[in-house]
Amino acid sequence: MSQDDDALHERLKAYEGKSAGEGGRGPDPVNDPMIRHWCEALGHPAPPDGSAPATMLQVWTMAGYNGPTGRSENYLEMFRLLDEAGCTSIVATDCEQEYLRPLRPGDELVYDSVIETVSPRKTTKLGSGHFITTRMELRVGDETVGTHRFRVFKYAPAKARKSSEEAATKAKRPRPVVNRDNAGFWEGVADRKLLFQRCDGCRTARFPWLPGCNSCGSQEWTAEEASGDGTVYSYVVMHHPPFPAFDPPYAVGLIELAEGVRMICNVVGVPYDKVRIGMPVRLEFAEVEDDLVLPVFRAEEAV
Amino acid sequence: MSRSAPDRLGGRAAIAGIGATKFSKDSGRSELKLAVEAVHAALDDAGLTPADVDGMVSFTMDTSPEITVAQAAGIGELSFFSRIHYGGGAACATVQQAAMAVATGIAETVVVYRAFNERSGRRFGSGVTRREPSAEGVALGWALPYGLLTPASWVAMAAQRYLHTYGLDAAEALGPVAVTARKHAANNPNAYFYERPITLAEHAASRWIAEPLRLLDCCQETDGGQALVITSAERARDLRQKPAVITAAAQGAGRAQEQMTSFYRDELTGLPEMGVVARQLWQTSGLAPGEVDVGILYDHFTPFVLMQLEEFGFCGPGEAAAFVREERLPLNTHGGQLGEAYLHGMNGIAEGVRQLRGSSVNQVPDAARVLVTAGTGVPTSGLLLGADG
Repeated sequence: MSQDDDALHERLKAYEGKSAGEGGRGPDPVNDPMIRHWCEALGHPAPPDGSAPATMLQVWTMAGYNGPTGRSENYLEMFRLLDEAGCTSIVATDCEQEYLRPLRPGDELVYDSVIETVSPRKTTKLGSGHFITTRMELRVGDETVGTHRFRVFKYAPAKARKSSEEAATKAKRPRPVVNRDNAGFWEGVADRKLLFQRCDGCRTARFPWLPGCNSCGSQEWTAEEASGDGTVYSYVVMHHPPFPAFDPPYAVGLIELAEGVRMICNVVGVPYDKVRIGMPVRLEFAEVEDDLVLPVFRAEEAV
Repeated sequence: MSRSAPDRLGGRAAIAGIGATKFSKDSGRSELKLAVEAVHAALDDAGLTPADVDGMVSFTMDTSPEITVAQAAGIGELSFFSRIHYGGGAACATVQQAAMAVATGIAETVVVYRAFNERSGRRFGSGVTRREPSAEGVALGWALPYGLLTPASWVAMAAQRYLHTYGLDAAEALGPVAVTARKHAANNPNAYFYERPITLAEHAASRWIAEPLRLLDCCQETDGGQALVITSAERARDLRQKPAVITAAAQGAGRAQEQMTSFYRDELTGLPEMGVVARQLWQTSGLAPGEVDVGILYDHFTPFVLMQLEEFGFCGPGEAAAFVREERLPLNTHGGQLGEAYLHGMNGIAEGVRQLRGSSVNQVPDAARVLVTAGTGVPTSGLLLGADG
């Protein structure tokens, strides 16, 4: 959190405990038609004793289309501070209610509300801002009949997602790393062939591609085309961190070819969580992006 | 083929000073500044001054050259400077280089250091998506188009095969390594995870990073610096601290070795490069696993701690999980990189020294022989450190 955030939070905290509105009055007394409409709309059974369902509490104080009135100067000031800090958006997040006695037609509600807490700066998917909790006490005459704690998030909206074009450029897979020593392999892939090297000296099969043989040091070799049969020698399921070109979770296999060499490859045709060591796989070529063809291995058995 | 005879380095040099910066998640200063602070702290600890230094060694990965650290630390002429490659695999090899220089008279007092803003700056854990078409780049390049991009994923590939081969459950086998480190870190005020131990259940419930590795199988990332002062064993005896004698030091690379992606050789159930280191350390020291009092084994990821125990012969293949669970060797008493700090293994060497001085926060009574290892999955190195006399 930056010092600016801390300073703003300090100023906002000064409003805790202050009134958010005093002497508010429900626009109508509790009444039968509203109870009936509400019960019909929500499919709620009408209480047989003629009282209002407890969960209608907010109905009796809710501001109409003209918006809320009677908000305190404190409350408005705190909102101005947030607006100036760029927290121009608002969303209601949750509420908690207490019902102390049933409300009956004819009850006239009055209420006061207080700013209970202002959170430190928080960042959510919507953006970054402060949670503000107010607590309203509802009375009929001098009797408290319920309380209503209401939380809103007042925030600076997160930047809109990048344009799809930008995202597409960004989301490219890492390209193969090609130089003189392994260009033959990628030329093979372009022809839909999986080529490994075989040492002309000791006949050892070789992958990854290198200019000489680790078994005998010979620099002479011949490229051979793999049969395409293989098994999963090991695998990893990638979860974190996410990379734009990939969609975790995904499995990456270490495939042992029938010819005895191994290579890293994606395993396709099977969910990421069904890849197993020893699973037979068969070579395919996949055009994973417009200009990127990769050898991949398809699981041979239906899982 | 690597040697299979004792070498002549053993016993000739000692670690006379250790010094570190605070380990943090955001140091707020440059990597060079961290390096200089660590170097000064190590010299102070040894009772030496910058004027005493005539050699410096670091990692090729370090961004602060020997000459620049010397310049900013008040160190004058150097007769020896060197860098070791392969990431964390360099840690113990910096000490070996220094010891060789001291033993041959090339230098008298060598400072080795490693400093980085690995958490607030470039994070290794964020992965690699591009490499130059050099031999090194091409080697890693085979894995990149398929989305195998992170250190955790490269370790996970071998770990999966290891667990499969020995019929082990990931949480049961790897959990004790993480729990042990965090237990020790909980007592260490310099550890990031001070007073924050974990349980096996918490390990098993932590989220997947790269199956079979969970979050708590992976070490943290750290900003900080660590330096060590190496001089002759003889001179070290006249300095402020009890010397930690370099009983043996070794480097190792395996056949068909790669950096983190040695997938194409052997059975993927061990770390053959650490086997090279182990042979050399045992042969030069004449010691056996049962004679080691403390193991400080590189723990960027839990599975490779198990494989190291097996490579060093503390237990048989596939038995290390039980070995750790049964607490048969005091392990990573500073909290390891999982618990204290990720300093490319250099903080582990400092802990080895503290054990021999008797000043560890998790002191093993009368610890006289400590094994320290460097980064795994890469060409690596190791040290056997001994109390003097």
